[in-house]
Amino acid sequence: MKKNNARCAAVLASCLLAATLARAEDIGRVKVAKGDVSIERAGARVPAIVGAGVQTADVVVTGSDGSVGITMNDDSLLSAGANSRLSLDEYAHDPSTNQGRFRVSLDRGTLAVVSGRIAKQSPDAMKVRTPSAVLGVRGTEFAVAVGR
Amino acid sequence: MRSDADVIRALHDRPVLTFLMSLVLGALAGCAAPTSVVLLPAADGHASALAVEHRGDTVVLDRPYAAVREGTFGARAYQADPQEVESQFATALAAQPARPARYTLYFIEGRDTLTDESRQLVATSLAEIAKRPVPDVLVIGHTDLVGSHASNDMLSRQRAELIRNELIRLGVPAANIQLVARGKREPVVPTADGVAEPRNRRVEVVVR
Repeated sequence: MKKNNARCAAVLASCLLAATLARAEDIGRVKVAKGDVSIERAGARVPAIVGAGVQTADVVVTGSDGSVGITMNDDSLLSAGANSRLSLDEYAHDPSTNQGRFRVSLDRGTLAVVSGRIAKQSPDAMKVRTPSAVLGVRGTEFAVAVGR
Repeated sequence: MRSDADVIRALHDRPVLTFLMSLVLGALAGCAAPTSVVLLPAADGHASALAVEHRGDTVVLDRPYAAVREGTFGARAYQADPQEVESQFATALAAQPARPARYTLYFIEGRDTLTDESRQLVATSLAEIAKRPVPDVLVIGHTDLVGSHASNDMLSRQRAELIRNELIRLGVPAANIQLVARGKREPVVPTADGVAEPRNRRVEVVVR
């Protein structure tokens, strides 16, 4: 495995770039962030930088030039376009059994979803709510918009 | 439940009232931002479906580009196309994180050593980890269906730990690795309980 040394250094460097290390309460992580993106948590608003963890009850907000991509711990992918407001209402996942429950709300804007292990294990365990509809996710890829 | 369209139909012979009703309903629907939903083709080719519940009615979208759009008189199901998706969702889709990459590793029968092929895959997974800006690595242990859940959970954890330790030795920080023991819950080769099946004894490495 000697030949791997150079590669190891690269791996190490890339991991160290992830200044924000995963915390127990994190349910996912921001992997892509462009333009104005922030996270509202417990009344405070912090910029959503690449590497930031997201937690239950976080509200992810993008501005007119913003977009954001989040990978959840169950491998779900959520990505929102400009002028969007996405609430991570509820998230529970047992990685051993993949049993869980995932609820998000899109209040405005656009959202693309690739569902993950929770929805694969139990159809309808993942739901996406908009102001006028509820989407029961049986897998796997879809997009939803609120507003024109 | 009467839909908006039914109400309108009932008022059909009263054109002025119909017009006023449509204004009222339009205003009601317009006050909330309308929802539109489209099912996309799954990248892995698997069948997928979405149940869209709208004012008590449920529409199931179960083929690529099946869509529902909320309008003045309720929701309308229709077939969208890639151009429409692109124009509405280009920014959201462009922000989609890289798909998780998966590698399945096998040990030499009865030993703690990986097969040559799996050794190669470890190198491939390291390259993938290095490529991603904020990598998370999931190491998932699996067993065959011989024995109890408890014993297989322990065994799958031990297998996953071997791989985790190897990844750490190769430079992946421990904080970026999560260990999962799936035990006998997810055989790749379906068998009856109690059947020894080497292809089910494996460790999955997921890079995301």
